[in-house]
Amino acid sequence: MTTQYLMQLVISGLVIGSIYSAVALGFTIIYKATRVVNFAQGELLMVGAYVCYAFVVQMGVPFWAALLLTILFGMVLALFLERLILRPMIGEPIISIIMVTIGLALVFRSIVSAIWGTEILVYEPKLFPQQMIEIGGLPISQEFVWCFVLSLFLLAVFSIFFKYSKAGVAMRATAFNQQVAQSMGISVKQIFALSWVISAVVSGIGGVLIGNINGINSSLYHFGLKVFPATILGGLDSILGAALGGLIVGILENLSDGICKNYFDLSGVKEVAPFVFLVIILMIKPYGLFGTKEIERV
Amino acid sequence: MHYCGDYRTSYEKDAEIFQTPFVKAGMALFFAFMLAVPYLIKGEYLWILLQIVIASIGAVGINILTGFTGQISLGQGAFLGVGAYTSAYITAKLGLSFWVGVPAAGVVTALCGMVFGIPSLRLKGLYLAIATLASQFILEWIFVRWESVTGGSYGITIPRPSIAGFTFASDLSYYYIVLLIAAVMILFATNLMRTKTGRAFMAVRDHYISAEIMGISLYKYRLLSFGISSFYAGVAGALFGHSLKFVTSEQFNIEISVIYLAMIIIGGLGSIIGSIYGAVFMILLPKLLSAFTEMVGADFPSIARLAIAFEHGIFGLIIILFLIFEPDGLAHRWKMIKAYWKLYPFSY
Repeated sequence: MTTQYLMQLVISGLVIGSIYSAVALGFTIIYKATRVVNFAQGELLMVGAYVCYAFVVQMGVPFWAALLLTILFGMVLALFLERLILRPMIGEPIISIIMVTIGLALVFRSIVSAIWGTEILVYEPKLFPQQMIEIGGLPISQEFVWCFVLSLFLLAVFSIFFKYSKAGVAMRATAFNQQVAQSMGISVKQIFALSWVISAVVSGIGGVLIGNINGINSSLYHFGLKVFPATILGGLDSILGAALGGLIVGILENLSDGICKNYFDLSGVKEVAPFVFLVIILMIKPYGLFGTKEIERV
Repeated sequence: MHYCGDYRTSYEKDAEIFQTPFVKAGMALFFAFMLAVPYLIKGEYLWILLQIVIASIGAVGINILTGFTGQISLGQGAFLGVGAYTSAYITAKLGLSFWVGVPAAGVVTALCGMVFGIPSLRLKGLYLAIATLASQFILEWIFVRWESVTGGSYGITIPRPSIAGFTFASDLSYYYIVLLIAAVMILFATNLMRTKTGRAFMAVRDHYISAEIMGISLYKYRLLSFGISSFYAGVAGALFGHSLKFVTSEQFNIEISVIYLAMIIIGGLGSIIGSIYGAVFMILLPKLLSAFTEMVGADFPSIARLAIAFEHGIFGLIIILFLIFEPDGLAHRWKMIKAYWKLYPFSY
């Protein structure tokens, strides 16, 4: 096994990891503001990818318009979800909230497979140019680079949003303490809706990107499962943690898969490696790299 | 004349499971009915009944962990699988009897569950749910890859049980074995919840810090709960494997875990009888759906096709609707209905 092979593994890990980061970002935004654990995050990504596909391929809308329409769709969907399903669940025990998002995930999956079927669909025309470019002597396809750059861009935008914009500060205040935020004149309901909207939009864009690379099929929601290792590693309520966690999980998963294939003749490690990491992280550092430690007082 | 209030004069009376003669007679009748029912129904219906009884064991198991002890588990499907594979390995590959295989399945799954329960000592709520989700995927992966034991993606063919030369090959005879095991295990669970252990579970669920202050060892009872719950899952999985006579990894995926969680949420968290209602509901639902599509399919093929594609969506929808409108489950609703009719029409 050469260094070049290893580098290739790391780079493709970074690309997949940047998608994980985007989805993990969506997950963390919801968790931070509303304390809802969204098991349907991967389904939001899938819905985004399919809706964009419907606009671009089935209706022939130019790509930039389709992307805007997809974002709009994501917003409306998120508002509906928040109002109809998540708001009645406020104050319910955590198992109910987990189960309601799992229920949502099932509904989304079957709606998607009822409308678009289960076979692989490919975006046509391709969004990104197809020829390879060389970075540090390694041939890398351009869509990977674009994907990586766009994900980083999203992360940067949201980091700035949370740090400096009024809505972002209000969201952080709500995450910190809902009652205090409310007494300062922040509408907690609007913040909840806003966090769902942002989350759905970010995941939807992630879905469009991944759809451009690999094509889309109904097992796209698996990306949502990889969110858990990423967010746990980064710390559940940390934006930076989600970004880093996603990248690290992407690299680790690719490396361990490549190494196991070469040395131990063991295939399919990719599916399970993130979860092994997850268990290890939970055992040694349950609040992750940047997460807030929960302190309990009686 | 119907009196209100309880007129119990001794502690023994107060601690009885079946408190009134009416309830006692009802339970006896119900058990007699369960014994007689295979003679009234045939073929596919008997098979559904068998699956309901097996699922009841698994649902009681996860309710002990999630409903009574408050530890969320998304790994029930994989634990069922551990039980099924253990029993399959013992009966099909080692050639030992079913009567060794099923208890061994319970014990092995209990140990496995306790290993994956270790994170629960430090984690709770959401973190534990994610840890058990990871255990589901890790175990599923092992089922596929550990080919010398599990048969990989081909699966294992396993026999039905036999005693002294008589093989319980038909669904009818196998049903009685399953019914017997289920009755014993459900009775045991009901009794367990009235002992110190059961009350400790509930204390851990309701407020674990208070429980610890009262001298309940969290470590001990959380692990014990994982162990007992997984034992139930293991036995249910083994019985399920022997009922199909075939074990593969697809039978124990994450969807099964979700279905089992749905059973106890729909039936009622922290209620033994609720687990059974939930099992009945979740096993019957897909059958009713397919009956519906068959009925409608002849006249409206497009609706039928949509219903098939939407089967899991309907599961999801029902889970959501129950959580929003009936969060305490069927067991609670049934209690409310009984309470309403008890003193009807003078309800005060």
